[in-house]
Amino acid sequence: MTIEDPPEVRALVEAYPEATEAELRRLGERLADSAAAQGLLDVAYRALDTPVGTLLLAATETGLIRVAYASEGHDQVLTTLATRISPRILRAPKRLDTAARQLEEYFAGRRRRFDLPLDFRLSRGFRRLVLDHLSDIAYGHTASYAAVAAAAGNPRAVRAAATACATNPLPVVVPCHRVVRADGSVGGYVGGPAAKQTLLRLEAA
Amino acid sequence: MSRQPFEVIVARHGPTVLRVCRAVLGPVEAEDAWSETFLAALKAYPELPEDANVEAWLVRIAHRKAIDVTRAGARRATPVAEVPERPSAQRADGRDLDLDAALAALPRRQREAVAYHYLAGLPYQEVAAVIGGTTGAARRSAADGIAKLRRRYPRTTAQKGTTR
Repeated sequence: MTIEDPPEVRALVEAYPEATEAELRRLGERLADSAAAQGLLDVAYRALDTPVGTLLLAATETGLIRVAYASEGHDQVLTTLATRISPRILRAPKRLDTAARQLEEYFAGRRRRFDLPLDFRLSRGFRRLVLDHLSDIAYGHTASYAAVAAAAGNPRAVRAAATACATNPLPVVVPCHRVVRADGSVGGYVGGPAAKQTLLRLEAA
Repeated sequence: MSRQPFEVIVARHGPTVLRVCRAVLGPVEAEDAWSETFLAALKAYPELPEDANVEAWLVRIAHRKAIDVTRAGARRATPVAEVPERPSAQRADGRDLDLDAALAALPRRQREAVAYHYLAGLPYQEVAAVIGGTTGAARRSAADGIAKLRRRYPRTTAQKGTTR
């Protein structure tokens, strides 16, 4: 339809009904199911409301690949996943059912460790090594950046260990929030210091 | 320039593609065509050139899928066709059955030309590339289709603004 069309034609075109939200939601679910069944759903995602804000959860066929805070910009995070992993990305909550349930249990204080397949493809080298060792810090405990660097095999790489925590693609699930400064202050966090405090308080309860 | 997640494509173009499928196939088969269209598009999406006109690309796929759905429907067709009840011209969900009927009565090519130009907003040159033939022929098909729709469905011009 163009601006030059006579009003009668525009009225006719406008009389043709728009798709309803319910129809589009149903079609979207059907598309996600078919895509998953045919191996075309490279990245599935959903949002989850938590005490630290709305988290974005994204998973490949391998496992959970990304947990993102709202402050990271969920659209931006998905665009990055499109570039780095695959643009075949759909909102498809089913693949994230288990992850969402375990996170809800964690935030309710009923879960102390996550039992999920993880996809670490977004982390390489020393950062990946650091992430591997973060899960050794038990629920309710903290470790210093220096201790984490040492555990990853390079005691002098304290700054690199801090960077690995700051760029953790799987916050909350891979517990970078348990890494604090040597002086006892909480230090930085990908979700902001307030979110880090919330998680540490939750685990201390 | 990075590629958008496919969900963005679905959100942006899904509503228009559904209207197009409906206009070409009617409300019953439209959802199958929509689903097949976006599944095929998802598969091909990583190879789509970055400067491609996404809407035109989707309409091309939808056009092929609508043909497939029609063929499959013809194979399935049984002698006892379902006759939909039509107690009134408007269903509970607000869909206007008269406009669906008026569209269904058009020759396929006119329906396609009307849908691709007026609903999807493709220029006639693009419409011709999708349905075949010349740009002029596509323009005539759309014009003829619109003229027939206006004769069969006069209420938008005569009673615009009144309660239907």
